[in-house]
Amino acid sequence: MEYNLTDVASVIRSKNSGPYELTFDIIFKEVEMYRKVKSAQVFNAQMFAHLYHIPESQIISLVHFDPAKAVKITIVRPIPSGALGETDVYGAQQHAPLMKMKFTLS
Amino acid sequence: MNELRILSPTAILGYGFPMESFAEGMKRKPHVIAVDAGSTDPGPYYLGAGKSFTDRNSVKRDLEIMIPAALEAGIPVIVGTAGGSGARPHVEFAVDIVKEIAREKQLSFKMAVIQSEFDKEFVKENVAKGNISPLFPAPEITEADVDESVHIVAQMGEEPFIEALENGAEVILAGRSYDPSVFAALAIKYGFDKGLAIHLGKILECAAIAALPGSGSDCMFGYLHQDNFVLEPLSPLRKCTTLSVAAHTLYEKTNPYVLPGPGGAINLHESKFEQIDDNKVRVSGSRFVPTEEYFVKLEGVRRVGYRTISCAGVKDPIMISKIDSITQSVKDRVKNNFETYGITDFFLDFKIYGRNGVMGMFPDAPQSAGDELLIIIEAVADTQEQADTICGFARSTMLHFGYEGRIATAGNLAFPFSPSDCKMGEVYEFNVYHLMKVEDPKKLFPIEYVQF
Repeated sequence: MEYNLTDVASVIRSKNSGPYELTFDIIFKEVEMYRKVKSAQVFNAQMFAHLYHIPESQIISLVHFDPAKAVKITIVRPIPSGALGETDVYGAQQHAPLMKMKFTLS
Repeated sequence: MNELRILSPTAILGYGFPMESFAEGMKRKPHVIAVDAGSTDPGPYYLGAGKSFTDRNSVKRDLEIMIPAALEAGIPVIVGTAGGSGARPHVEFAVDIVKEIAREKQLSFKMAVIQSEFDKEFVKENVAKGNISPLFPAPEITEADVDESVHIVAQMGEEPFIEALENGAEVILAGRSYDPSVFAALAIKYGFDKGLAIHLGKILECAAIAALPGSGSDCMFGYLHQDNFVLEPLSPLRKCTTLSVAAHTLYEKTNPYVLPGPGGAINLHESKFEQIDDNKVRVSGSRFVPTEEYFVKLEGVRRVGYRTISCAGVKDPIMISKIDSITQSVKDRVKNNFETYGITDFFLDFKIYGRNGVMGMFPDAPQSAGDELLIIIEAVADTQEQADTICGFARSTMLHFGYEGRIATAGNLAFPFSPSDCKMGEVYEFNVYHLMKVEDPKKLFPIEYVQF
């Protein structure tokens, strides 16, 4: 079955983790859906690199955090916060591709 | 002592708090009022320019409530990362406000001022000794990078705060501080578990952001015990839930299980989050794991130049379809025009909102254009005058540029303002974000005492 991430997640956000990293949090509404997504490895480095069109080597960590029913992905910021050419100093509006994301669970 | 109580009035000093919530906090007889006053989030400008990103009146309003209340209750007020970035001018900004409050309200107290800005020579000596390593993914540092830096600050741990408390400070204003230190210092001084104290500090530093609904301008209360801590929001509108607290543990961190700081990291692999009543959450199991050697985090910025911008809209569908080739042609024309004149070293950029303005740092990600665009023409050069020249010339060139297929021949840009160009002043970028090995976590952060 295909799901829209926005239907099953209560929080989808991006933010700086220091000036050189961007971090993305997805918090699920239901524990059951979180567990399914975790065990099916819906979120993995390859998938995330593809979503943002970045090399996999730019992904610093991808962690499932059970207490918050959350997946957290941290990447190297393509341009450090506030450096020339950068357009999101806080990094808080880089999450939109995740809001269009669909995934399949059997 | 079985319980240490901490009042966190607001997420950032100057973001404010409702008086009702603050009064609820004081009723619970806190042992300390602590607040974080800064962040690197607003970007490199504030550290470089020596300016606060929070407004002076807003900061004074918060301190004017906190300091008299604490003095009356006989408890200390601790402020970390004073002035937003914690370099000398930022600390001075906060000291000046406290002096004004003491004078106006005729208050008498002992204040400690802790500095965190390092001299460049000292940092260079440590570069030479190999004591400084980049915090991935920041690049390596050289002595030349240090010379270029305007201010370099280090994040202090709880040690200087403990010393100031031992010396009877009633108000502590500190430079750049590891956010949880101001909340954890008194607890660690009294022998409470450091892992729990710092984890509690990590949550309290954002005050009511960890509650539901979250707020950056409301209070949060922490109760620290020997083997757990409890969080309670002070507004009846908010609740702490296991989810809101656990979710906050993710916020702005690289990895939620290991949170590094001065001298070690807190490990959350065994942390438990329990709902103990409608609006309170208990957390246990967080541990502090010291590193073999003590490292502090350095932050520094260098000046890149001066910026001028011009904002303009585009509605013409033919122009929108050709926007990339138009901006490239304008860039080429600007470069060519000033080549022999001698203005050659500049940065000229077109931020195109309505297409990929917000996510410009992911140029390969899919884009879609709206039926109108906002273009921000940005020029950065060595002087403000040169930035004005480049921006102004790019703007006039783009306004009348005869692109292929153009049928709207009167002008290409809709300016919302006259004048169309805006001087943005100095531009900085981060160039130091490194760990430095230190022998003594106290000595590097000198404390000065002032008696009012």
